Amino acid sequence: MKRMSPRHVNAVVIGGGAGGGIVAKELAEAGLSVVLLERGKWYTSYDDRKDDLRNQRTCVLGNSFGPDEQRNPRVVVDAKGQEYIVHSNQGAYSNNAACVGGGTLSYGAMAWRFLEKDFRLRSTYGSVLGSTLEDWPISYSDLEPHYEKAEWEIGVSGDDSNNIFRAPRRRPLPMPPLPPNREHQILKPAAERLGLHPFDLPMLRNSVPYNGRGACMRCRWCVGFACEVDAKCGTQNTVIPKALKTGNCELRSECIAKEVLTNDRGRATAVAYFDSDGRLQEQSADLVIVSCSATESARLLLNSRSRLFPNGLGNRYDWVGRNLQGHAYTGAAGLFEQETYDDLGPGASIALCDYNHGNPGFIGGGLLANEFIRLPYQFAGLHAPGIPRWGAAHKDFMRRFYRRSIFVMGPVQEMPVFDSRVQVDPKVRDAWGIPVVRLSGHRHDNDLLGTKFLSAKAEAWLKEAGATTTIPFNWISRDGPSGGQHQAGTCRMGNAPQASVVDKYCRVHDIDNLYVIDGSVHVTNGGFNPVLTIMAIAYYASDNLVKSWKGTHGRA
Amino acid sequence: MTLVTDFVAPACNKRKVEASIKLDRRAFLQAALAAAAAGAGVACSANGTPWRFFTVDEARTLAAISDQIIPPDQDPGASWAGVVNYIDRQLCGPYQSLQPTYRRGIAGVDQSSRLIYGKAFADLDAQQQTDALRRLEDGQAPGEIWKKASSSEFFSLVIDHTMQGYYGDPRHGGNRDGVSWKMLGLPYPPIRGRLRYDLTKP
Repeated sequence: MKRMSPRHVNAVVIGGGAGGGIVAKELAEAGLSVVLLERGKWYTSYDDRKDDLRNQRTCVLGNSFGPDEQRNPRVVVDAKGQEYIVHSNQGAYSNNAACVGGGTLSYGAMAWRFLEKDFRLRSTYGSVLGSTLEDWPISYSDLEPHYEKAEWEIGVSGDDSNNIFRAPRRRPLPMPPLPPNREHQILKPAAERLGLHPFDLPMLRNSVPYNGRGACMRCRWCVGFACEVDAKCGTQNTVIPKALKTGNCELRSECIAKEVLTNDRGRATAVAYFDSDGRLQEQSADLVIVSCSATESARLLLNSRSRLFPNGLGNRYDWVGRNLQGHAYTGAAGLFEQETYDDLGPGASIALCDYNHGNPGFIGGGLLANEFIRLPYQFAGLHAPGIPRWGAAHKDFMRRFYRRSIFVMGPVQEMPVFDSRVQVDPKVRDAWGIPVVRLSGHRHDNDLLGTKFLSAKAEAWLKEAGATTTIPFNWISRDGPSGGQHQAGTCRMGNAPQASVVDKYCRVHDIDNLYVIDGSVHVTNGGFNPVLTIMAIAYYASDNLVKSWKGTHGRA
Repeated sequence: MTLVTDFVAPACNKRKVEASIKLDRRAFLQAALAAAAAGAGVACSANGTPWRFFTVDEARTLAAISDQIIPPDQDPGASWAGVVNYIDRQLCGPYQSLQPTYRRGIAGVDQSSRLIYGKAFADLDAQQQTDALRRLEDGQAPGEIWKKASSSEFFSLVIDHTMQGYYGDPRHGGNRDGVSWKMLGLPYPPIRGRLRYDLTKP
């Protein structure tokens, strides 16, 4: 019996997150017929219950936006070679989210442009032992117009005019910053006294009504939660609705991509996926765009094996899944005599780029910014010197310092490591029978130098602001691969097919109608939250896709 | 203000589920707490306990441990805030796989306590309880059970779950009346949309 297949379309986009949502909209607006496949659900902004223990950041009782903890295992290999099965609410899983909007539904929404040097680290610092450090094949100026488009179409508030380190921009941000909270007012003069250059950090968040949605109401539950007033701007409330409105795009949620199918001429022909009823379907398309995040995009390519591509798609030279990066997060907590807490979300408000480059003794660096509001259970895990983990003294510490503390944090740019990688596990399969992600590897020593440096700078800033005690964060160890919510790097962009996976337009080197458009293509991941760069790359790559589109069955 | 959400049906105690469906959630909780306070088993439980997973004695021991972790002072302690109820509920939900750990661990605490002081943990005075938990934390607790399992790991788990039950969201069965949030000076119930309706200004 012949299986019914969905109608052929011009493009199938796999993954409705930061990258895929934008690609779907750009292609649909250009008149291509598009199917957007998303493995998660489409939540409304009222579906989030502001649950301190069950959200995308504190998931001790589970994730609120998937993937669910039962059906989506992964395998992690530790430094001793021991294999563990991990579930999506465990840190080692490197979870982002599985829902329409992807991470952008529940992120903190910092909206950073990378700096010019972030695209050419190798020529700035030279080659690095133990790292596959390389320049990007594109420059900041290639992405600049697309950063701008992301800022205006998705919506960014903030004011970086005081950031003397920023890369040139043609247009200012479309929305002003939110009024400063108390932490901002305490930290700003302190940074200025230290000769640093603080500014209102950019956020994908409405500070004023914009794009038909209201302004942030400044609640406590921001990072890790969906915004119930829809003031946080993600692809789920901007470009994806726009894509659907064109009439050219169909969104299929709760669809699990199994593999990308290719024909005997080596071109991509279709995507095999399990629909929401668990039935195997094939969606044929002229173009296939993989936008599933650094871990899952690599998994999909590696799972797409055929006679012509026995090691998976784009993997002729064994680069798919390599160079998995995230950020070596660090910072410090400061305890104060005065009250610092004013219950004005999102919390994160002021930032510095003084330490992104040119630091002594290591390569790169990262931004520093005050942290999102810490919910009480998160704060209870802070190990302050001299304070026991339990008992009357701990309770007293909570009572005394919950409202008298500031956290300053920053993402240190990581050196890509060839052996820090995503593979597919030979034994373990998910609930759909698809081989799962297998994570292994280690960090580069430079990451540890960076975190040490940046946490000391965070302490110095807090001390200048009046902190009586500072607690440096030393979470990062060399063991284990990086990844996490800022996962990137597994399908590197490059000019040489022997040492990268996609070309400068995000097209897989040896398959002319297969693209990877998400954080996977990042050569390096900047000392910044990567989402605005993912969005800019999506606009940039879509622009090229549309320009080179020659109609159905034409060689794109 | 009732922060009651959908009831998570406990998979491990079927008769309890039936009972809980008949009562509304709040009434059920109150009945369970009252029964716990009275120390009497109620008819809805298969094993003569008002709890979903714990026996009456286990709950009593865990309440005493949690009150050492977050003791009552000018603000209520962990057991008043419902931490035992929180853990009991999660053990029949997301923490189901930890049921053997708790069964063995609580037995281990009482075993150590009997070996050192000749009494169950809950019957020790406050200083003895603190000392017993320090031994547990340092991995020095005596008893057969701790020869096979790590007492410090178990205690770390109980500390973490106690913090969740006390400082986490009340909807999961702990943090009764938002007691910890009030203690920390967080508006409770939270004021939503405060930018537009700022009640702190005259």
